[in-house]
Amino acid sequence: MRADIYASATATRIEGPLLFLKRTVNVGLNEAVAVDDNTGHTRLGRITALDNEHITVEVLESTAGLSLEETTVRFLGKPLEFAVGPDVLGRVFDGVGRVIDGGPPVSASQHLRIDGLSINPAARTMPTDFIETGITTIDLMNSLVRGQKLPIFSGAGLPHDELAIQIARQARLRGDGEEEFVLVFAAIGVPFESAERFRRAMQDSGALEHTVLFLNLASDSSTQRLLCPRYALTVAEYLAFTEGKHVLIIMTDMTNYCEALREVSASHGEIPSRKGFPGFMYSDLATLYERAGSLSDTEGSLTQVPILTMPSDDITHPIPDLTGYITEGQIVLDRELDRADIYPPIKVLPSLSRLMKDGTGAGYTHEDHPDLANQLYAAYAQARHLRVLASVVGREGLSKTDQTYLEFGDRFEQELVQQSSARTLEQSMEVGWQLLRELPDSELTRLSDAQIKQYISVDRNK
Amino acid sequence: MPQCMTWMKLTMADARISWISGPVLRAATDSGFRISESVLVGENRLLGEVIRIDASSITVQVYEDTSGLKPGDPVAGTGNELSVRLGPGLLGNIYDGLLRPLSTQDRHIRQGYETPVSNKRFPFIPDVEPGQQVSAGHVIGHVDLKDARSLLCQTPPDCQGQVISVVETGEYTEDEIICEIAGDDDITRNISLGQQWPVRRPRPVRERIPPEGPMLTGQRVLDSIFPLSCGGRAAMPGGFGTGKTVLQETLAKWCDADIIIYVGCGERGNEMAGVLHEFPTLDDPLTGRPLMERTVIIANTSNMPVAAREASIYTAVTVGEYFRDQGMRVALMADSTSRWAESLREISGRLGELPSEAGYPAYISSRLADFYERAAHVRTLDGRLGSLSIIGAVSPPSADFSEPVTTHTKRYVRSFWALDPERAHARFYPAINPLISYTQDIEILQDYWKQQGHPQWAEQRRRFLTLLEEQARLERMARIVGKDALPPRQRHVLMCAELINDAFLRQSAYSENDRFCSPERQIAMMQIITHFIEQTEAAIAAGVDVDRITDMKVMRRLHRMNEGISENELDRFQLLQNSLDAELGLVTRGVDGSAG
Repeated sequence: MRADIYASATATRIEGPLLFLKRTVNVGLNEAVAVDDNTGHTRLGRITALDNEHITVEVLESTAGLSLEETTVRFLGKPLEFAVGPDVLGRVFDGVGRVIDGGPPVSASQHLRIDGLSINPAARTMPTDFIETGITTIDLMNSLVRGQKLPIFSGAGLPHDELAIQIARQARLRGDGEEEFVLVFAAIGVPFESAERFRRAMQDSGALEHTVLFLNLASDSSTQRLLCPRYALTVAEYLAFTEGKHVLIIMTDMTNYCEALREVSASHGEIPSRKGFPGFMYSDLATLYERAGSLSDTEGSLTQVPILTMPSDDITHPIPDLTGYITEGQIVLDRELDRADIYPPIKVLPSLSRLMKDGTGAGYTHEDHPDLANQLYAAYAQARHLRVLASVVGREGLSKTDQTYLEFGDRFEQELVQQSSARTLEQSMEVGWQLLRELPDSELTRLSDAQIKQYISVDRNK
Repeated sequence: MPQCMTWMKLTMADARISWISGPVLRAATDSGFRISESVLVGENRLLGEVIRIDASSITVQVYEDTSGLKPGDPVAGTGNELSVRLGPGLLGNIYDGLLRPLSTQDRHIRQGYETPVSNKRFPFIPDVEPGQQVSAGHVIGHVDLKDARSLLCQTPPDCQGQVISVVETGEYTEDEIICEIAGDDDITRNISLGQQWPVRRPRPVRERIPPEGPMLTGQRVLDSIFPLSCGGRAAMPGGFGTGKTVLQETLAKWCDADIIIYVGCGERGNEMAGVLHEFPTLDDPLTGRPLMERTVIIANTSNMPVAAREASIYTAVTVGEYFRDQGMRVALMADSTSRWAESLREISGRLGELPSEAGYPAYISSRLADFYERAAHVRTLDGRLGSLSIIGAVSPPSADFSEPVTTHTKRYVRSFWALDPERAHARFYPAINPLISYTQDIEILQDYWKQQGHPQWAEQRRRFLTLLEEQARLERMARIVGKDALPPRQRHVLMCAELINDAFLRQSAYSENDRFCSPERQIAMMQIITHFIEQTEAAIAAGVDVDRITDMKVMRRLHRMNEGISENELDRFQLLQNSLDAELGLVTRGVDGSAG
């Protein structure tokens, strides 16, 4: 540890969250600072740019009340760190890792850099353990595996919070009663009610002692919003890779994070790229999302479910677009299904789980699982295609087979997507086979003859 | 010391950091740096490269995490261009963007990581004798890896002269001197198994020759419909979730190149883990050897330093050229060139350069050209035939193919494989849209298919594409009048196009039977589908109802022939055709009977 270095009355400019100082001390990029005003109020900050004469400090709270003359900056000589220990479980923090549940400070066993370090791809293991969420459209059609990052693309007003809570509660590994997931929940710039709702849901289900909460409310400063997921991921990494636990981290809402990134980048005067978002947003998001995974030398794993609301439901907007390029798939929620009162309103066709192939099939779930999912996809896509056709020429204008498809499509949404309680994978698969029995054998080109004989013809003849 | 491209400089230049922003820094200096010189930055000696020089300062991009650097920290010149070390030990390993092995790195990427000295020995057999005159690229000897292909040790492209000494047959590391050559300029050069080469400089060849012969991929939609020739260039654009990465991996697994270079450029860490996990378990379908033996993986995942992402593409091409110069057919898969272009954009933004289209720097197009132009079919310096083919994935934002990276890439590639979200949503893979994709290599490859006993290839291919084109048009029409209202001939088109799509174009990367498709099987399938088209056309002309044909029992077998008939039972295609003829005969006779 080196002694603190002070610099007072060196501030030359304050602009939004940024504080510009004359460079009187030798400090490094990304190091943490504490900014004190004349009242003794301390704000945390970090150094974001340096040259021979100037230091730019990003202040992590409102800069209201700071003056050029009376501001003292303490340089901490190291990057922002988070003190973590086994008893973080059950605690509630704000967006920059300060305890806000009224309890004592966390006894620290390690101080970890919140930016983390890039995981060496050669040290990773391939995620293969199937997680059962109890939601058919995820388990059967877009399976989640341990160590995956699978975002939920939602829209304003859609029930993504419910879905996240449901996943958090129901997620379990199949088979032998392995220990439950540890949950880390990062509320990034969300309204108070949403944060409170999640906390209460965890409390009611008695899961709070397996949970770490980070609450960055909509009213907190945008610079803190940039740090909230980093603090949360630091704890998650600690629990997963040091304590060897299986961690599920839910981050909501990443759209707020990206908005904050745009705001802070603009105040730095950086050249904007698409829709005013900074050009480095892909790399920046990657530093968060890529912290998911599992390593070959520890037991634990880190599974991410980030939630983002697509601005005006536009999946091509830079936020969902860049996210989709980094994450291993996406679960897309749909307003049309929501309006038809189907819950969970998961739009199956654009949803995808890239790691599904590694965690399903013989040895993982059920040998016929991948083919069943594949056939359901093909048939539902055909049904959607015909629905457009039918809207012009009418149902009567379609052939008999095509009409069967239309019926299949409706039942798919009503019986498979819609569910009022959790289903095991076996139950989900049974619903799937049931629906396929409506279609003629000749249409089931993704199934083998043996599968048709075993699942389709047999029951149909009963 | 590396033996090539060393600038003769006695003192190394140095500088002091004056400004830092992310991966870019400026440093004040009064000594002579050169553009593209590699430098070591700060106490941890982070690797960087000079990208701009002013009167009293240089601009450096740093290939590692710059946290903790501060103004005043030293920047030391190395006197060399940014280079990588090439050698026989590359195969079967995973490297970062600057060709430093990742298998010896820690759990997390460490700053200032240097390539550890490898003690691995390679069995070397000399092919020259002292006193012999050798030209650039001359084979000094070869490395005979047990059971695997043998590799050559050649003189570097800038070295020629008389052999002074050469070691005996034995085992040597990549650093040991195996041969001394007195150059024409009387400077003695020491040759070892490993050699340095600057990544941004294409390795010289005797001449470039037109592409020739196919780069077989084992994928029907590519080999038979949109083929790529050896030394060709292909781009594969697609929005997220359209299967770019899976297709790239499939190509890396099953294409018939001698060497595969797979670059994960700004992509996912778990995917690289997947490749590392899966490749060692797979065998090359052509040689039966483990796939990993012919593969070099370069991984610069999205969270690794952005400047190294920029360099990784050049590193990969340089490695590809090294193997090409040994007379091999090399295929380079780059996933994804858009991430590489974004790293250019990010660095350019940090430098405050004037942005052009979509924020990309104005030189994006020429950089893409530099990269793709390094794909070539060549005669090497010592007269061998070698080729390097590049297959670049493009990830256009919001799947909009009019964005700068896609449009500029289109200007330099010969094959364009456009991935289609609608097909991907229906889990129809590979999701290549046959109506937007194209290839310019058809004429070059006609001879190949002729030799394979399939002279009608080009004609049948055209027919398939015409049917698919017509299908798209008819579907639009059917939307207005309804499918049943279409005349039989048009319903026949829809039926045939469906069969082509389902049985021929669709190919599951995870199906044991169908993940690889040999040319023979492709020909058999193409023939039987053409046969079907012709026979049913005749039947319909004779008055058979289209529904009677689609209801035939054999249809299901036809639709599933891709997974139903495996590589080693090709004679079953004849049986399938026989049953098709028989059943179609019954249906046709039924018509005649009722008419009579």
